[in-house]
Amino acid sequence: MASLQSLDIKARSGQTTPAPGVRDTAQVAKLIDESKCIGCKACQVACMNWNDLRDAVGENVGVYDNPQDLSPSTWTLMRFFEVEQEPNRLEWLIRKDGCMHCEDPGCLKACPSPGAIVKYSNGIVDFVSENCIGCGYCVTGCPFDVPRISKTDNKAYKCTLCSDRVSVGLEPACVKTCPTGAISFGTKEDMVVYGEKRSAELKERGFQNAGLYNPAGVGGTHVMYVLKHADKPELENLPKDPQVSPMVSLWKGVTKPFASALMGLAVLGGFIHYVTVGPKEVEEDEKKREEA
Amino acid sequence: MIQRYTSRERASHWLVALFFFLAALSGLVLFHPSFFFFSQLFGGGPWTRILHPFLGVVMFLFFCGMALRYWDDNAITDNDRRWLQRLSDVIANRERNMPEVGKYNAGQKMLFWTLVVCMLLLLLTGVVMWRPYFAGGFPIWLNRVAVVVHALAAFVLIMGIIVHIYAAIWTKGSIRAMTRGTVSDAWAKHHHPGWYRQVSGK
Repeated sequence: MASLQSLDIKARSGQTTPAPGVRDTAQVAKLIDESKCIGCKACQVACMNWNDLRDAVGENVGVYDNPQDLSPSTWTLMRFFEVEQEPNRLEWLIRKDGCMHCEDPGCLKACPSPGAIVKYSNGIVDFVSENCIGCGYCVTGCPFDVPRISKTDNKAYKCTLCSDRVSVGLEPACVKTCPTGAISFGTKEDMVVYGEKRSAELKERGFQNAGLYNPAGVGGTHVMYVLKHADKPELENLPKDPQVSPMVSLWKGVTKPFASALMGLAVLGGFIHYVTVGPKEVEEDEKKREEA
Repeated sequence: MIQRYTSRERASHWLVALFFFLAALSGLVLFHPSFFFFSQLFGGGPWTRILHPFLGVVMFLFFCGMALRYWDDNAITDNDRRWLQRLSDVIANRERNMPEVGKYNAGQKMLFWTLVVCMLLLLLTGVVMWRPYFAGGFPIWLNRVAVVVHALAAFVLIMGIIVHIYAAIWTKGSIRAMTRGTVSDAWAKHHHPGWYRQVSGK
């Protein structure tokens, strides 16, 4: 029986009691070393292939980004940035975009539908699309602008970190296919160590600000980058200090249970008032006054 | 018996009430998991998400008609301020020598303006977060502000309506004003003496 159910769910959207989580698996992470990336887009192809997704054929708008944005059927995307930090020193930065699998996922926090978003104990944040109601709250909650809602079925989609492959001991499809070894996969601990080692190597080679992108504002991520300019992640459209928006925390934090309790108390208060202070009955008052 | 609400006013009130309940129940589904079971009333999660904004817009439209009709009757006066200072006496049913009340007392007027503000906020923020039609057309920061304001306005509105419903149950003889259209002379004289003088000429 247990073999067909997930016993490793750490958090589940729209639920106020713990989900089955007795099975504690090792935390995993994907590390993307942008210094080794050649922008070949094999990861995009592998992602399409494994997940059996085909985006519509787009149009060339004069840049290498193809398709131009993440979509319900494009879960990972090479983004190309032409950066000139010093005059006449053009740098071509390439970032493989997709879900960051936050340790503290804003999408899950915002989602109102029970079980539409789950976080497994290995750190993977997965959309269970059959439970998705299409409200788009995950889009509001995501600090990385990742979830995309399909125009045809109104369900939200994004990278699963190949949770199906990982659960049977395989690495994600993009990792498997990367020809330069720019993408690695392993335990989160190992990936942090490896990412820091790579950053140190890059520093030796002149990239003084190289570093690991594992932002603390969302509790760290299960997809990390080795960036050549870790001091300026904005160069590649990455937020410097991503956080779940305070608006979303306010909206989904203590406010809602508190407000729900107040509404219940208001009804209860009315009932208690009625049976203690009692109703305002005019007819009797008037009659009494007339009699008096 | 004195006529307090015409048949048209009564129909309009109950249409707003009906759509308020539908919008509130479907909205609570998206508010907190403890209310998610209400989605069963609307045909499941996706149907609740689809219907909620339409129910809200219909509520808003019916409310507009009502708000315009009662707008002038709800202007706050000095008497109302004095009445509010004695709110605790009102709650305790100690109503000797209250400042004279017209068609509506200060509590009813406050509710009216609360509803006006909440309805407007709900409509504006609702459009900003309406998927799949409009939400994508607004910047994400505005979506984020909208969801908070929408939830807050809905909370205030629901609290207001809880008070409104209770006040109707509490003040005997009020409900028939909205179901039959009439109130007793004694009711009018006692609760709304200013209005009673005006309509009865006494």
